[in-house]
Amino acid sequence: MKIVLDQDKCVASGQCVLAAPDVFDQRDDDGIAVLLREHPVAGEEESVREAGRICPAAAIRVEEA
Amino acid sequence: MPETQTLSYPMTRGCPFDPPPELTKLREEDPVTRVRLWDGSTPWLVTRYDDVREILLDPRISSDTSRPGYPHPSAATATRRMHFINMDNPDHDRHRRLLTRYFAVKRLEGLRPRIQHIVDELIDQMLAGPTPVDLVEAFALPLPSLVICELLGVPYADRDLFHRTSKTIVSRHATPEEMQAATTELHEYLGDLVESKGVDPGEDVFSRLAVEQLRTGQMSRDEIADMGLLLLVAGHETTANMIALGTLALLRHPEQLAEVRAADDPALIAGTVEELLRYLTIPHLGRRRVALEDVEIGGQTIRAGEGVIVATDVANRDPEVFDEPDRFDVHRNARHHVAFGYGIHQCLGQPLARVELQIVYGTLYRRIPTLALAQPFEEVEFKHEMLAYGVHRLPVTW
Repeated sequence: MKIVLDQDKCVASGQCVLAAPDVFDQRDDDGIAVLLREHPVAGEEESVREAGRICPAAAIRVEEA
Repeated sequence: MPETQTLSYPMTRGCPFDPPPELTKLREEDPVTRVRLWDGSTPWLVTRYDDVREILLDPRISSDTSRPGYPHPSAATATRRMHFINMDNPDHDRHRRLLTRYFAVKRLEGLRPRIQHIVDELIDQMLAGPTPVDLVEAFALPLPSLVICELLGVPYADRDLFHRTSKTIVSRHATPEEMQAATTELHEYLGDLVESKGVDPGEDVFSRLAVEQLRTGQMSRDEIADMGLLLLVAGHETTANMIALGTLALLRHPEQLAEVRAADDPALIAGTVEELLRYLTIPHLGRRRVALEDVEIGGQTIRAGEGVIVATDVANRDPEVFDEPDRFDVHRNARHHVAFGYGIHQCLGQPLARVELQIVYGTLYRRIPTLALAQPFEEVEFKHEMLAYGVHRLPVTW
């Protein structure tokens, strides 16, 4: 599984951080999402999919391997 | 369609916790349809969850309230000053990004101890006073007011001014004159406040805006006051309604309330908050937009210049997305609800609302286990006429 994050689309809602806090974080200066790892580790897949589903700006794309 | 068949919007509720039955019927039978508003205009109403999310994500659908065709909730709200929630991109993102760092999840998580302290103090005061007491006045309104005041740097001592003006600003029944007067009063107050913050800044949001935007000439006093008005009004009204109406909903589901009261698991409290947000969907007059281009949705073509209302309340009851959607269930995973909206305008303050609501629902019923409604349920007055649904008063005893 690979995660693609488009920071230009991000509106800093923080939804991804709530869904998958070990995979997503927010930049201190503007809250824009940052990806902590492109490939989730075992057990994180479902929360990453949820982050993709609930992102209000459709800024997260999850590519299933 | 003949005019007589065009339903008026908004409709009247049957059960106070459920969307109007006509809305549910429309979602099932005519999910993208025309409705008639107070001014005789006939914008589109979109009721299915997937369609609602698609519309709110579409850049061809505008949030600009000044465009002809925008479906205003009332003559008065058409005159309201608002800020980036009424802008399209790129202006929207530029303004929103000035604020997003203050509403980042981890930053707000850091406020938990402070918010817990405020909650505990308010409960102490309630327990020390007489019963019955109005939960709205004693708890539901003071908590988010205190929190947003601290965050923004607004003196809590001035709460009478912003509570009074906010009430008018979110009312669908206010006259244009009343709306204008309330908005101007609050706008002037916040303009003065941000100027004084520029002289003697602290650590709060208004101080940072004064130093980084006002002093450098990047934003004017009026622009910052408009932005502050939105943050202050949205930051306390909505959460206050969720606390009081959510408490009433839980009191009507005593078995689930007992589980919440006994919960040792923060995940159950967090899930309860999401389910209450979904089930109650307090912005119950829809999210409103106007099309910039022709857009096809659900087999209908919405033409450029036509208004669109998306009914998030009934979308949150869509059986395609939520099993047995009309059943209130604190164990449901409701995290993908659209109570905070969707798309680029999704609520900026939602991480703050979540922290506040989780602390309230994890504390209030545990500390006052015998909390009970002190009037017949049938006599509770609901806020049908307000942009955010809720109860006017909630007399409780214990």
